Amino acid sequence: MKKVLAKAYLYLLLAMLYAPLIFIAVFSFTESRVLGNWTGFSTKLYANLFTGGMNGGSSLLAAVENTLIIALISAAIATVLGTIAAIGIFNLKGRKKAGMQFLNNIPMINPDIITGVSLFLLFVFLGITQGYVTVVLAHITFCTPYVVLSVLPKLSQMNPNIYEAALDLGATPSQALRKVLIPELRPGMISGFILAFTMSLDDFAVTFFTRGTIGLETLSTYIYADARKGGLTPELRPLMTIIFLIVLILLVVMNIRRQKANQSK
Amino acid sequence: MANDYIIDIQHLSKSFGGVKVLDDINFYIRRGEFITLLGPSGCGKTTLLRQIAGFIAPDEGRILLEGKDISGIPPYQRPLNTVFQRYALFPHLDVYDNIAFGLKLQKVPPKEIEKRVKKMLKMVSMTDYEDRSVDSLSGGQQQRVAIARALVNYPKVLLLDEPLAALDLKMRKDMQLELKEIHRKMGITFIYVTHDQEEALTLSDTIVVMNEGKIQQIGTPIDIYNEPVNCFVADFIGESNILKGRMIRDRRVAFLKHEFDCVDEGFGEDVPVDVVVRPEDIYFTTDPAKCQFKAKVNSCIFKGVHYEMWVDTDTGYELMIQDYDPYPVGSEVMLYIDPDDIQVMHKERTRNVYEGTMVDQTHVDMMGGVFECLPQEGIGAGDKVQAVIRFEDVDLLDHQEDGVVAGEVHFLIYKGDHYHLTVRTEDDYRIWVDTNDIWDKGDLVGVNIAPEAIKLTRCND
Repeated sequence: MKKVLAKAYLYLLLAMLYAPLIFIAVFSFTESRVLGNWTGFSTKLYANLFTGGMNGGSSLLAAVENTLIIALISAAIATVLGTIAAIGIFNLKGRKKAGMQFLNNIPMINPDIITGVSLFLLFVFLGITQGYVTVVLAHITFCTPYVVLSVLPKLSQMNPNIYEAALDLGATPSQALRKVLIPELRPGMISGFILAFTMSLDDFAVTFFTRGTIGLETLSTYIYADARKGGLTPELRPLMTIIFLIVLILLVVMNIRRQKANQSK
Repeated sequence: MANDYIIDIQHLSKSFGGVKVLDDINFYIRRGEFITLLGPSGCGKTTLLRQIAGFIAPDEGRILLEGKDISGIPPYQRPLNTVFQRYALFPHLDVYDNIAFGLKLQKVPPKEIEKRVKKMLKMVSMTDYEDRSVDSLSGGQQQRVAIARALVNYPKVLLLDEPLAALDLKMRKDMQLELKEIHRKMGITFIYVTHDQEEALTLSDTIVVMNEGKIQQIGTPIDIYNEPVNCFVADFIGESNILKGRMIRDRRVAFLKHEFDCVDEGFGEDVPVDVVVRPEDIYFTTDPAKCQFKAKVNSCIFKGVHYEMWVDTDTGYELMIQDYDPYPVGSEVMLYIDPDDIQVMHKERTRNVYEGTMVDQTHVDMMGGVFECLPQEGIGAGDKVQAVIRFEDVDLLDHQEDGVVAGEVHFLIYKGDHYHLTVRTEDDYRIWVDTNDIWDKGDLVGVNIAPEAIKLTRCND
C-alpha cells in the first residue's frame, strides 16, 4: 500500500510538471484557433510556421531570429568574460576571494525585474539609445555570473602546477592560456555557455525594459504582446513544441557525452 | 671568471608577508652535479627551487646561470626544466603530446620531435605508451612521463621538486635508482628537493641542508653524515645520540660524565660543546681493558638488519645503540667508542640573551612580555638592558595563558638525560630551554621565568 502511494505521488508530480508541455504538443497538431478545441489531426500549423502563411507570421519569425542571435552573442561574450573573471577570482586569496564570489552570486539571486529596471535607468542616465545593443549588453550582464559559477569548480579541480609546467616548458603566458588552461577549462566553459544561452533565451523582464522603443521583439516579448492583443497565435503551439524538442535533444546528447567521458576514465 | 659553476646563487633572500623564508642564501652548483636541497617542510627549499625556475622573483640577491644573471628572465625563457611534485601532466594530451609539448613550442621539425620523444620514452622505459591518456597511467608511470617531458628539451639544469613524494616505498626505491641512472646517462645537472634524508644520501653528489631559510651545511653525503656541523644536521640526518659535552683540551673531550679521546682540535680548553655519536658507533666489548663505560640494556628491538637498543649508562644517560647482535634486556654491558666516531660541534649558543627595557625597578619588558626581575643597583625605569637566562631556568607551562608570553615548541632534541627545546613565541622570538619534561613539536606552551633567574646588565649605547 505504501509503495502504491509513493508511486502515485511520483506520477502525479511528473504529470503536473509535464502536462502543460504535452498539452501544447498535442494541440499543435490541430487547426483550431482556440486552445483546447480538437478539430482533427492536421500539420497545417507547422506548415504555416515555416512558410510564414499566417497573421503576423514574418514578425514571429523575426522574433525567433532576434532571440537566437541575442542569445548566441551574449552567451559567447559572457563565456569569455566569465572565464577570465573566474581565473582572476580563483587566484585571489582569503577574504578577497570570498568577497568576489559573494559579489558574483548577488546578480543571480537578484530578481530579474530589478536587474531590468536598474539597467533601464542606467542606460537612460548614460544617454544610450536603447535597442539591440542595450539588450545584448543587458543579457551579457546577467549571464556572466553563471559562466563564472561553472568555470570555478574546473579551476579548483585542476592541478595547480599545470600552468607553471607550461611556462616551464617554454610557453609564453598567452600560449599557456591557449594550449593548456583553456583545454582544461573547456567542459566548464561549455556548460557555462549553454546555461547562459538558455538564460538569455527565456528572459523577459530584462529584455522588456532594455529594448527601448524601436520595436525590437524577442520571442518572449512577442508572445506577451500577442497574448495581450487577444489570444495566442495558434502557430506558437508548434513553435513551443519544436523548442522543447530541441532542448530535450540537447540535454540527452549532453548526458550521453558525459557518460562516455566517465566510462573512458 | 673561469670556473665550472653552472649555477651560482648569491645573497638570495625572500620574505612572504613579513616572514623571512630565505635568508641570505649563497652556494654554487658544479656542471653535471646531482645536488639535493634537504630540509624539513617550511625550510625554504621549495621556494629556493621555484626562484631558480623563475616562478618567484627574489627580494634580494642574484642567480647566475653560467655566469649570467637570470633573475629578470621569465621562466619560459630559462633553459631549465622542472619535474613537479604532483607530476602536473596535461590531462587533455596523450603521453606523446605531453612529452612533445616543449619541442613543438620551439618549432623543432616533426621528424626530430618524433626521434627525441621516442628516445626519451625508451630512457624512462615507457615505449609503447605514447598513445595512452595520462589519466590511465599509474603514479610511477606519470612520474616517468613528467621526467621525460622535462628532459626531452635538453635543459642545462633539471629541477626536481620532491618528485617521488607521492609514490609508495618500493616504487620510490626503484625510481631513485633509475633517476641516478638517468643522471649518469644524460650528464645534466640535477637540483633535487626533498625532505627525505635517506633519499638525499642515496642520490646526491652534494647535499645542502636547510632549516628556517638558512643553509646549515653543504657537503657530500658522507661528510654530512659523519661530520654534522650542528645539532640540527646531526638530528635531521640519520639516527644520532646528541650529548652535552666539554672540550678539555685538543683531542680530549668529556661527555656522559666520562672522558674520551677524540680527533677534534682547535676548540680551545675547557669549552662547552655538543657531541654526536651515531648509534652504530657504540661498540660492545667483553674486555675490561677496552671498556670505557658500563650500561644496562633497557630495551631491544629487531629492525631487520640490526637490533636497536636503548641503554642506561652508569652515569644516568640514555643512549641508542645499533648492533647486529642483541643483548638481553636488563643485562649489564661494557661499551666503548672509537676516537674517530666522536663528532664534536661548537655550541650555537650556551644561554638565552635578549635585549629589553626596564619598566620599573622590578619589571623588564622583553620578548613581547613584561617579566618580573630582582631590583638591581643602578638600573631603573626606561633603561635599556641585556638579559641573560640559562636554558634550564626557563619554565614551560601547559596553558599558554598562564605564561608571561605564549609560544609553541618548534624543535626539540633529546640529549641523553634531558630535552633541548626551541620555543617560538607569538612575537617570533626564540627561547631555548633545557627540561626533563616531555613535550612534543607543536605543543602550545606558556613561558615563565623566575625573577632571580634573569641576569640583567645595562647596555651602554
